[in-house]
Amino acid sequence: MKRHLPLIFLVLAVIGVQLLTRATGAAFYLTPLTMAAYYSLVVVGLCLLMGYAGQISLGHAGFFAIGGYLSAMLTTKNLMPLKENSLIAACDRLGLLTHGQDMFGEPFLHMQPWPACGCAILATVVVAYAIGIPVLKLKGHYLAMATLGFGIIVYRLALASPLFGEADGISEVPGFPILPGLAVSGDFSARVSNYYLAWGLVAFAMWLLVNLIHSRVGRALRAIHGAEGAANAMGVDTARYKLNTFVLSAVLAAIAGIFLTHYNGGIGPSEAGITKSVRYVAIVAIGGMANLWGALTMGALLNIMSLRGMFGSYDDAVFGAILIVIMLFAPQGLLGIYLPAALKRLLRRGA
Amino acid sequence: MLLEIKNLFRRFGGLQAVSDVNFSVRQGMIKAVIGPNGAGKTTLFNLISGALPPSSGEIQFKGRPIQGLPPFRIARQGMARTYQNIKLYPGMSALENVMVGRHCRSRAGFLSGMLALPWTRREERAIREKCLELLNLLDIADLAEVEATSLAFGQQRAVEFARALAMEPELLLLDEPAAGLNIYETAEVARLIGKINAQGITVLLVEHDMSLVMDISQEIVVLSFGEKIAEGTPAEIQRNKEVIRIYLGEDDAEG
Repeated sequence: MKRHLPLIFLVLAVIGVQLLTRATGAAFYLTPLTMAAYYSLVVVGLCLLMGYAGQISLGHAGFFAIGGYLSAMLTTKNLMPLKENSLIAACDRLGLLTHGQDMFGEPFLHMQPWPACGCAILATVVVAYAIGIPVLKLKGHYLAMATLGFGIIVYRLALASPLFGEADGISEVPGFPILPGLAVSGDFSARVSNYYLAWGLVAFAMWLLVNLIHSRVGRALRAIHGAEGAANAMGVDTARYKLNTFVLSAVLAAIAGIFLTHYNGGIGPSEAGITKSVRYVAIVAIGGMANLWGALTMGALLNIMSLRGMFGSYDDAVFGAILIVIMLFAPQGLLGIYLPAALKRLLRRGA
Repeated sequence: MLLEIKNLFRRFGGLQAVSDVNFSVRQGMIKAVIGPNGAGKTTLFNLISGALPPSSGEIQFKGRPIQGLPPFRIARQGMARTYQNIKLYPGMSALENVMVGRHCRSRAGFLSGMLALPWTRREERAIREKCLELLNLLDIADLAEVEATSLAFGQQRAVEFARALAMEPELLLLDEPAAGLNIYETAEVARLIGKINAQGITVLLVEHDMSLVMDISQEIVVLSFGEKIAEGTPAEIQRNKEVIRIYLGEDDAEG
């Protein structure tokens, strides 16, 4: 039970912050708080991959973008011209499509958010396996460079393809009704419910990941990180474990991309950019690499600051600087070094 | 035969590290592979455990060929190993290191691990208890929570032993278990290997400390420059002229 204490703290903090914004009339803070939750989801997934399995990815914005872009494209693209296509017709019969009329009275047909979300996740899984199988044979710099290459490809595809709106991205993405009465959308009236939905998703993901790192699998991942050959010699299928972890963290990034895209009502190519991938890595590093709670804390904090414009035009420069400073002075992360030491001092004084 | 090695070769570029080696290990015995530095002993171990694929030849474990299989598959068939230069997982406690050894004897996967299902928690408790028992057996139970790589050399070796035993192997490969130990610690290792063997675990060890090998093994294989030059009981090996020549270096003395 001890391991789930921070989870209780997270739930209390989420509720507390919402009450605080209401009491102070600062409800406008809920939007960056909600967006920060989704970005933090990418960060904790990357933390599992980097901190526990010891594999770097400089292309995680690519997975975020695959999720976001596919869900946006499928829910906005008019499938009317393809109506006769047997696959589209079958989807229509299964009730996966929405019929309607646009503002000019033209009939349209597009996919509903749930099946679109399913397709986006499925595509992410396929791409993550396809990339992961060859690439995870590499180590260190080589793996970093290969995942960087993947990120660049996704970015250029998003930027160059008319299907994905080129430099403009995709806009007018509809809300995503999760349950009756609860939809992921940027509607003013749904601000509070979306805040809780986003942080509820993060809390659920944290519960899953904390369980995982304390399980047989988590132990095997840390063993792979420490001494891959010796982990293999103990019966750990190291290649499969690295691959599964890569796919799992890619799926978390994709889910974040899907939800944030429906929340924002659109997505642009900057979400697929290398600077975003580097930002995620920087946050995992400052959170302490093998420290899920550290990654979540720093992910929430830095993203809120960034979304509130506190870094001004130097946004990306700040994350670059964080990366340099952390690597030089605190490779164990800020929270990894100072927090436990401070807690120990505090406890000693108390005793 | 538990392990049979037939016409095994391994080349590294122009170097013939293991050359036409043949021998077998009977169930329940302690067998040793000895030879001067660079004789190909560790390469032989890497070939048997799957860390390296052989250039040619056959390795049979429990009657089935295992050459070319990845190490984790061989491990799951019941073969455990230790390393000459200890390979523990940094950042993990001694107990956690040993618990990794239970990997092939447990089955919680990604999904059940994430959901923390009741059976996985039971399994986890059983793993912990079993590994604490092993630490107890090796007299290092008090070090369970200490980071393994910060322990003294002899203690690290004990953790590695415990990790291998946690796999409940049928065959245990020990790569120079006495390397870097003083004579008291070496005697302790000898006693321990006897204890492990008494539990029915077959042991194959590589060693160049002759005293340990002569005391505990029933059979010895001697390698020199990758080739097997002798095989027999310790008494036979001690009388073997070729072995004496290699170990005492008569060639050098004359030349």
